[in-house]
Amino acid sequence: MTIECHLDIRGVSKHFGGVQAIGDVSLQVNRGEIVSVIGPNGAGKTTLLNMISGFYHPDSGSIRLADRDITRLSPSRIATLGVARTFQNIALFRGMTVLDNLMLGRHVHMRTGALSAMLRFGPALREEVQHREVVEDVIEFLDIQPLRKQPAGALAYGLQKRVELGRALAAHPQVLLLDEPMGGMNIEEKEDMARFVLDVNDEWGTTIVLIEHDMGVVMDISDRVVVLDLGQKIAAGTPDEVKEAPEVIKAYLGTQAAS
Amino acid sequence: MEFLFDLVANGLLVGLMYALVALGFVLIYKATSVINFAQGDLLMFAGYAAAVMTGGHGMPLWAMVLVLCAGMVALGFVLERGILRPMVGQPVVSVIMVTVGLGFVLQGLVTIIWGANTRELALPVRFEPYIVGPVFISPINLVAAVIAVLFLIAFGLFFTRSRLGVAMRAVADDQQASMVVGIKVPRVFALSWAIAGLAAAAGGIIWGNQIGVDTFLALVGLKVFPVVILGGLDSIGGAIIGGLLMGVIESLAAGYLDPLVGGGTKDFIPYVLMILVLFVRPYGFFGHETIERV
Repeated sequence: MTIECHLDIRGVSKHFGGVQAIGDVSLQVNRGEIVSVIGPNGAGKTTLLNMISGFYHPDSGSIRLADRDITRLSPSRIATLGVARTFQNIALFRGMTVLDNLMLGRHVHMRTGALSAMLRFGPALREEVQHREVVEDVIEFLDIQPLRKQPAGALAYGLQKRVELGRALAAHPQVLLLDEPMGGMNIEEKEDMARFVLDVNDEWGTTIVLIEHDMGVVMDISDRVVVLDLGQKIAAGTPDEVKEAPEVIKAYLGTQAAS
Repeated sequence: MEFLFDLVANGLLVGLMYALVALGFVLIYKATSVINFAQGDLLMFAGYAAAVMTGGHGMPLWAMVLVLCAGMVALGFVLERGILRPMVGQPVVSVIMVTVGLGFVLQGLVTIIWGANTRELALPVRFEPYIVGPVFISPINLVAAVIAVLFLIAFGLFFTRSRLGVAMRAVADDQQASMVVGIKVPRVFALSWAIAGLAAAAGGIIWGNQIGVDTFLALVGLKVFPVVILGGLDSIGGAIIGGLLMGVIESLAAGYLDPLVGGGTKDFIPYVLMILVLFVRPYGFFGHETIERV
């Protein structure tokens, strides 16, 4: 398979007031790759993800998805182009059931008009059945069958993270952005989540960008790792390369350890 | 006993008319989490426009209804775009104050354009009541109730079945999550205002016909407030049941209590009830109980 640049971030910067959250960061992610973004708190990791998914627009620089410039597009537009994501602090439809949450994940693929959908005939019904099949596949994949009718807001934290991943997967995304998918989880839950991420990448060839603090997980599942510190990219490479880089050790452990 | 039947039946009919107005509040609250204090004023505006078109210009009824509905939908869009969109991201209290201001502007506007005199909004419905056993039903109440029921069914289907309706529910639940699944949140906001405009058009015709068209017509919005709170601000079913309940209670109060104390109870009993309900269920009878895991 030829290597194709799927996500091309060039020289993006973002200021909030006087604070530079991201300064001139470039990053290329190839199709089908798993790339982890790591760095200390406040390094600008989430800001970077928010710019890719359109919640922030960079002050300068550009972001391309395959051959399309998405720098200034809205989050909903970017979602329709095949980018799905999860959030660090979980954004679920808390008052709706798990099934409804996942069905809403199909929103970008829904086509039938308001009227026929209201009356539930012909094409609308067929479409609904198709979407439901996709959603059932995701439910089975994530092993959350018993939760279908539960309100999402009432689930335990780890399960909410799993449902949020499910909603992103229901969209059959080309690019999946995960913001600390294992944050706050116990070891068993982390292992499950790591397996899901690898399986998604394997089965559908989904390009994945994830932010994660657990170094063990990052080093295990990533094809490449990018290190941010204070809004700057300080290192990038394979997990082994990054582990050895003096800049990284300095950022994480301080100057003394590095010298 | 027959008196009771009569009171309850007419209370239910009036209750449906309350429910229709309550729907306007619920629609906007569901999608945008804003209580639109100008809903009554929108209704009054629609009532004025309807009265001017049929009275002054002698427009046929069907044309008036068409023009009014289209106009109110357009007005809803314009208001959302012009004065509410710029408020996105501001504290909810500020946005609510904007709707209060909007209400006063509309009141001033109709007085300037059309004057403060009470106008009649006549509908071609016969005046003599139908008599069903012990119950006297005025035909206009029946027509109003039928219109209200049709609207309520349409909105109910829209919210549970249609893609846009589901999107509106999603936006009400979580805006960030809605954006990330590809829902165009600004479009949903605009749509909810447009539909609230439509509800105001229907309410304006019905209530304008019942109590006459002047700036006091806006008070219908205030009267419906206990209905909305009672039913739960974000529940369409709650708006309907709350409306029916309020209609019946008002009617019973007017029938049984007014003769004892010399009148006026029907105007404040709904509020007493509202306060009592809020003690027990702060989110209303059918409102969405917020799920919090600590």
